[in-house]
Amino acid sequence: MAARFVTIWFRHLLTDWQIRRQPELQQTPFVFAAPVHGRMVITATSIPAEQQGIRTGMPVADAKAIVPGLQVFDEPPGKGTQLLHALGEWCIRYTPLVAVDLPDGLILDSSGCAHLWGGETGYLKEIITKLRAIGYDVRGAMADTIGTAWAVSRYGRIEPIITSGEEAAALMSLPPAALRPEPAALERLHKLGLHQIGSFIDMPGRILRRRFGPSLLSRLSQALGYEMEGIQPLFPPPPYEERLPCLEPIVTATGIEIAISNLLEKLCSRLQQEGKGLRTATLKAYRIDNRMVQATIGTNRASHHVTHLFKLFELKIPSIAPGPGIELFTLEAEKTEDAAPTQEALWTAGPGLNNPAVAELLDRLAGKIGAGNIRRYLPEEHFWPERSIKQTPSLEEKPVTHWRTDKPRPVQLLATPEPVEVAAPIPDYPPMLFRYKGELHEIRKADGPERIEREWWLDGGEHRDYYTVEDKKGQRYWLFRSGHYSGQQSQWFIHGFFA
Amino acid sequence: MSGKADIISQLQRDILRLQGFRSAQRDHSPVIDLGQVNSVFPDQTFPVGTIHEFLCPVTEHAAAASGFVSALTGTLMQYGGACIWISVARTLFPPSLKTFGIEPDKVIFIDLQRTKDALWALEEALKCEGLAAVVAEIPEIGFTQSRRLQLAVEQSRVTGFILRTSSRPVSATACAARWQITSLPSGIEDNMPGVGYPRWQVELLKVRNGRTGSWKMEWSESRFTVLVDQPVSLNIPDHQLKTG
Repeated sequence: MAARFVTIWFRHLLTDWQIRRQPELQQTPFVFAAPVHGRMVITATSIPAEQQGIRTGMPVADAKAIVPGLQVFDEPPGKGTQLLHALGEWCIRYTPLVAVDLPDGLILDSSGCAHLWGGETGYLKEIITKLRAIGYDVRGAMADTIGTAWAVSRYGRIEPIITSGEEAAALMSLPPAALRPEPAALERLHKLGLHQIGSFIDMPGRILRRRFGPSLLSRLSQALGYEMEGIQPLFPPPPYEERLPCLEPIVTATGIEIAISNLLEKLCSRLQQEGKGLRTATLKAYRIDNRMVQATIGTNRASHHVTHLFKLFELKIPSIAPGPGIELFTLEAEKTEDAAPTQEALWTAGPGLNNPAVAELLDRLAGKIGAGNIRRYLPEEHFWPERSIKQTPSLEEKPVTHWRTDKPRPVQLLATPEPVEVAAPIPDYPPMLFRYKGELHEIRKADGPERIEREWWLDGGEHRDYYTVEDKKGQRYWLFRSGHYSGQQSQWFIHGFFA
Repeated sequence: MSGKADIISQLQRDILRLQGFRSAQRDHSPVIDLGQVNSVFPDQTFPVGTIHEFLCPVTEHAAAASGFVSALTGTLMQYGGACIWISVARTLFPPSLKTFGIEPDKVIFIDLQRTKDALWALEEALKCEGLAAVVAEIPEIGFTQSRRLQLAVEQSRVTGFILRTSSRPVSATACAARWQITSLPSGIEDNMPGVGYPRWQVELLKVRNGRTGSWKMEWSESRFTVLVDQPVSLNIPDHQLKTG
């Protein structure tokens, strides 16, 4: 089936919008103006103003000289784009693929849509009449290519619907501006007396390229359908989406389970064929009371494993409130990645982080308790104990540096060091005893000090002198003195417990 | 005579098998060698694929038990396995695990606020066959919960270590072994000053199909050494002796 495009041209987008807000302006000449190089220049004109000879690009002062009672409004910046977006969203009823064509148009990819309105004539008529009824002065055209539809909607005088293969004939009598050329090329075309597309459409491509640059040739090929022209849809179609409409509204958990496994099977078989796996997926349940509930899952590694993904969704089922009933389920994989095909039954990987069973377990845990509670640490090149490790969300990331073992580090490290009272008789010697949580510990053995300086480029403060101490019972602690020894004023802290 | 001894040991093994005990060597899993402590275990091997609980009512005990458990886990992880460490209010410092033979980046920490969530995560983790060991630091565990965990490991053959940090009197559980680890003063040759290798009083309070016991152990040079009681030399307070 050939592609069909409809382009819509809003001839007086901003002024029509203003009239919709203030209907009394209908018959009054008024313009929108914006400052350009320090003077006010007209950017949009209403129909009565246009009839009196006011054009866009004219300075406001000149226009006021022509029409003394001219009303001038400041152009709201970005209003045109905003209006086109809103109108594009409205047009979604005619086709799922609508693109905004700045500054004053819309492009609709209507391939396979027109028959729903009883043919192309009915389809285009419907769009144009509806938009005119809203109050916009529009012109539309339909053709196999965007280029031809654009040209006909702007400059065509005879027939808005161009049948397949008739593009060249339709373009013949139109001015070269209809091809959307660059201003320089357009000027040169007119200078050479080529006032109609027909007068140069048959010229060899190399001559056109040499005289007018490659863009004109490319525009011509686009209009004739020799070259593809893409559009940027307002609502990009999700690449991996499955829908499941229900005959009867679903209200039970079993029903939701069946729907999920049904959707997953369809989605996963597609993912598997393309060698992909999903990282995040969203289940949307549209209820008959016009509300939508959704559940999102995420995986640690790309997966197209139906059983596993189903388990992840199973945890979310209690959060899906069916209300009066669910009539439509959609499952969308927002994020997909290449997944290595696994020979699950034959080749079970050994224990380790790259074991799929571990990744699936972590997905399940993350689904219930939140991924933020699952942590993995890598070494960091810092002496400061709190900064010597860094958290990583990924299972694959390898440590870039070695774990240090040359200095003793406690098994338990307090998040914040707690102050202790000590008796330390001599500078640079470990304390004799210390009191922690009301209990007195008499120190028998000690190692140290290990001085750890603050990293002044990260934070300020005193250095720490760490001592490994062992009390009478054999319990081992990590104490430090903050800063230099200063007699009774020395600040001592406990920071950890050794095994 | 040796024939009779063989028959008896064969019969003992049969009884263990009938009681549902599976020997570790058969599934080619790493063997934990605790020296003479092995003699009290059923079949003279450290029971893997079951749940061990450790009583650690105070932080110092928890530190000692963490060290002991890390050393056991390190042995279980020696063939590249992964470990999950679940805790409620964790203070474990990952770099220290390296001392006990664990690559800290192969450990996944799961930090939770509620014991209920931690128990759920523990059960899910114990069901996962891809893991070498699962360690959980939780305040308390009831009999029913421990029974569920025991059933989970019987399927998956994962070894679970539970550190019970509550200071309340302990309740009965279905765990295969119950330990208490307390720190002992370390020793350095010739009474040199400084702190030596970690030493523990390892008490096996309960073990299924085995005998209880108490040993002094030291973790040095990446292995356990059981210390035989010898006259303890006088501990001179040698903090005056400067080291380091």
